[in-house]
Amino acid sequence: MTTAHVPTSDRFKENARGALGNAHKVRVLQTATDRSVRARMTALSERPDWEELRSRAREIKRHTLNHLDRHLEVLEARVIEQGGTVFWARDAAEARKYIVDLAKARGCKTAVKGKSMASEEIELNHALEAAEVTPVETDLGEYIVQLAGETPSHIILPAIHKSRGDISDLFHKELGTPKTDDVAELARIARGILRRRFIDADLGFSGVNFAVAQTGTLVIVENEGNIRFSTGAPRIHVALMGIEKVIPRFEDLSTFLRLLPRSATGQRITSYVNFINGARRADEDDGPEELHLVLLDNGRTRILADPEARESLLCIRCGACLNVCPVYSRVGGHSYGWVYPGPLGAMITPQFLGLPNAADLPFASSLCGACKDACPVRIDIPRVLLHLRHQLQESPTTRRRGAASWFERRAVSLAAWLFSSPWRFRTAARLGRWAQKLAPRRGNGPWVPVWTATRDFPAFPKKALRDLLP
Amino acid sequence: MPEANPAPNPPARVALLATCIVDQLFPDVGLATLRLLARFGVKAEFPKAQTCCGQPFFNMGHHAEARKLARHTLEVFEGYDAVVLPSGSCTSMIRIFYGDVFDADDPLRPRVMALGEKTFELSEFLVKTLGVTDVQSNFSGSVTYHDGCHCLRELRVREEPRTLIRSVKGCQLVDLEGSDSCCGFGGTFSVKFDDISAAMVKDKVAAVEKAGAQYVVSTDSSCLMQIGGALSRAGSKVRPLHLAQVLAGDP
Repeated sequence: MTTAHVPTSDRFKENARGALGNAHKVRVLQTATDRSVRARMTALSERPDWEELRSRAREIKRHTLNHLDRHLEVLEARVIEQGGTVFWARDAAEARKYIVDLAKARGCKTAVKGKSMASEEIELNHALEAAEVTPVETDLGEYIVQLAGETPSHIILPAIHKSRGDISDLFHKELGTPKTDDVAELARIARGILRRRFIDADLGFSGVNFAVAQTGTLVIVENEGNIRFSTGAPRIHVALMGIEKVIPRFEDLSTFLRLLPRSATGQRITSYVNFINGARRADEDDGPEELHLVLLDNGRTRILADPEARESLLCIRCGACLNVCPVYSRVGGHSYGWVYPGPLGAMITPQFLGLPNAADLPFASSLCGACKDACPVRIDIPRVLLHLRHQLQESPTTRRRGAASWFERRAVSLAAWLFSSPWRFRTAARLGRWAQKLAPRRGNGPWVPVWTATRDFPAFPKKALRDLLP
Repeated sequence: MPEANPAPNPPARVALLATCIVDQLFPDVGLATLRLLARFGVKAEFPKAQTCCGQPFFNMGHHAEARKLARHTLEVFEGYDAVVLPSGSCTSMIRIFYGDVFDADDPLRPRVMALGEKTFELSEFLVKTLGVTDVQSNFSGSVTYHDGCHCLRELRVREEPRTLIRSVKGCQLVDLEGSDSCCGFGGTFSVKFDDISAAMVKDKVAAVEKAGAQYVVSTDSSCLMQIGGALSRAGSKVRPLHLAQVLAGDP
């Protein structure tokens, strides 16, 4: 039922080519990303202090990362004081094992899940299924994706690659419901099925948007109420967060809660903002009996150790960079081959999976910079991509290998040697002109490998500028 | 072309860094730049030792090679008071990214940083350094303006080219929908991911056609080679034209 993220990040080019070949999907995606971009622009035009908010958020996050150990320990202490349990997971396997063992020990049969990219990262659904605990995605988009046997293609809008017609067809096929174009009706169908699941579930699972160290508060934003239900109704609540999601003080939230919904969905505030402090107390009537907070490293401390890549951990997972990206909006999330798509994925997937396993991703960008301008915490994504490209070419541990890479390095050294002397440059250019005269034509100009498959190349002028000037 | 209105205090020694693509493929852009600068009393020199700023190597991750060309560029241009480029992208390379290819304690680093401070994209140089807002030229035709990504988002040059185009007599500036969307060039990106690049420029071509102007203008010949190549392949009547050529006016 649930589809695993078998990483195909090393085949981005092929994935992207396949995606571009599906005109329907490209159109659906572009319509949706355009809508998101417009919504975001409208929302932030109402905040004259937008740039200050971004700067403040960046500063808070940077400060937090510089003292991450301290803030996490404070968070742990506060959560425990409030009756919660905290587990530090070094990697995905440890996180999975803790959650699965807990579910088994408590005899859980069904887990209702709020949307969480971290849970995709640790492949939680598979592990639960293997232990005969049924995971049920309760976010509408996630539910659709799970029903289709797919993985999310966007971190905020998991089913962004599907039109309402696609979803109607899917429901018809999987649930036997009549076909409809009415979005409200589609939502009603899903709600009808999920309501029962919430009530029956023994384990509720959620991600975390912000964890406030000072107060031990887990903050989760949402629009459907499914997270409130998932974290409130079952007897156990398990929350999973990347360690970079901690923020120091409660008052810091005022900055982030202004930035996140506007950047993500163009909303001033989400329909629900959940503040969770511990499990049910003795004097409370409802809420889960147990709260477990899983703090996930899974490579984050390694990223933290790289001064140039550390910026990646400032991310608050709003998805704005995906929507504005001219590459993402054409090739879609699945092309990136793992959990995190778009500029965010191009930046962090190679760091999570290892550069050689996602060697195309740092290059999957024209470096246009639309992402860095959209980023609510001003991550200079193109610069991090450039840093990763450099690591791929020159770092002894992560360097690309193979014949193609060997050839590229030789060609690049030769080119740099030619270009670093004016007379060699001029001679090489003259030879190039000569060669070009012999080249066949393509379109309204000479044939040039790859380039002229889709575009004309300008004819070389008779003389270069340097030969026209005294 | 006579001097129209010399700027009050132009830098004494100004060099034109034409960029390798203008030098080899679009020499007219270099000539137009020189003519335009001369109109405001700036006799820019073209140091013949110049080659390439090294950006392609840097963007591919080959810092050793980028450093080699940065050092060469530094040696050629360091002695001038200002360096002007008909390119936002190569200006970004020198001003913003040269620092990234040298270690913090490399003695060349402060020197390339200093070079960056006196390196300017053409429209930026005209407006900010020379204080020119009217290029005092004639150009008959309608143009639409495409924002080169590096020019817009690294140099934050957005209004300068538009202001200057609007000052050209006989020239009509038409809005381009999505003028700030990338054309899909991105250096080696255009070849490494040629199908994505083609999908991007296809939308740019559609927007340009929709604008209905005779020329599509930009600060960078590289973007124009991409957009122009796709326009030409699509059989469009719209022609690419560098900003310098519009501003220099009808010869």
